[in-house]
Amino acid sequence: MDKTDKKVAVFACSGIGKPLGSVAREIGYELTERVRPDKTVLTCLALLVINDPDTRKLITDNPVIAIDGCVKDCAKKSLEANGAKLVRACQSIEFFKKHNDLKPEGIAELNEAGKKLAALAADELAGVVDELLAEEAKND
Amino acid sequence: MTDKPGKVGIISCSGEAIPGGTLSRVACRKVLEDLRPHQSVTICLPLFIAGGEEERMFADLFPTITVDGCEKRCAALGTERLSGKPTKTLIVTEMLKEKGIPPTTKLRNLGPEEKAAAQAVAEEIAAAIDEILATG
Repeated sequence: MDKTDKKVAVFACSGIGKPLGSVAREIGYELTERVRPDKTVLTCLALLVINDPDTRKLITDNPVIAIDGCVKDCAKKSLEANGAKLVRACQSIEFFKKHNDLKPEGIAELNEAGKKLAALAADELAGVVDELLAEEAKND
Repeated sequence: MTDKPGKVGIISCSGEAIPGGTLSRVACRKVLEDLRPHQSVTICLPLFIAGGEEERMFADLFPTITVDGCEKRCAALGTERLSGKPTKTLIVTEMLKEKGIPPTTKLRNLGPEEKAAAQAVAEEIAAAIDEILATG
């Protein structure tokens, strides 16, 4: 990719044990499908577990957002362990603290409050996408 | 006296970017919550990188079934590399093909077709658990 077609790579933890992992996953979808579809690309975090070469290239050539569900920060740590270029990390619990009337429930199927929380979080992350791409353009 | 395992560890790829990843995740939750709640446990796949020694012991502590959404087999390869060889490896796309179920296309907001596909996958996982527990 040259500087004109760089995108922000988005990775969500998708934790399978807690609703906040599902919120992280939903934030990834909201950000890449609704909020910034032309500026972002969602990729499977699990590909980093197998050192997938295309994914390693993606994260070393492009800025990256890591969306984690809990304090274990699996997405962020996996990206850093694989040499990601520029990682901005967040946790879905941070957004829940700000919008604590939206309590996420359900893992396989997130409740409406969880989906609304994810949509709000993605709206907030839009600015981070724009910032990362602006920094990228300045550095190229 | 036999020393049969009490629980089986299920590790889903949960791939965010592919429909099979969503199915693997939903099917595994169905097994954990509804089909075999007392015979199954899980761990998040990326915890093998982010976690410590305790997480990496998972495949030593439990016989494991990996459930991958596609042929890249991240759950199977990752588990083997970072924790231990899985007892059984399942791939969603292959399971659907064997059952004559068309591949799903949605990543979220699953409809009746995707839910039926997830149920079929979950039943396969449950059968694999029974087999492992029966043979020890």
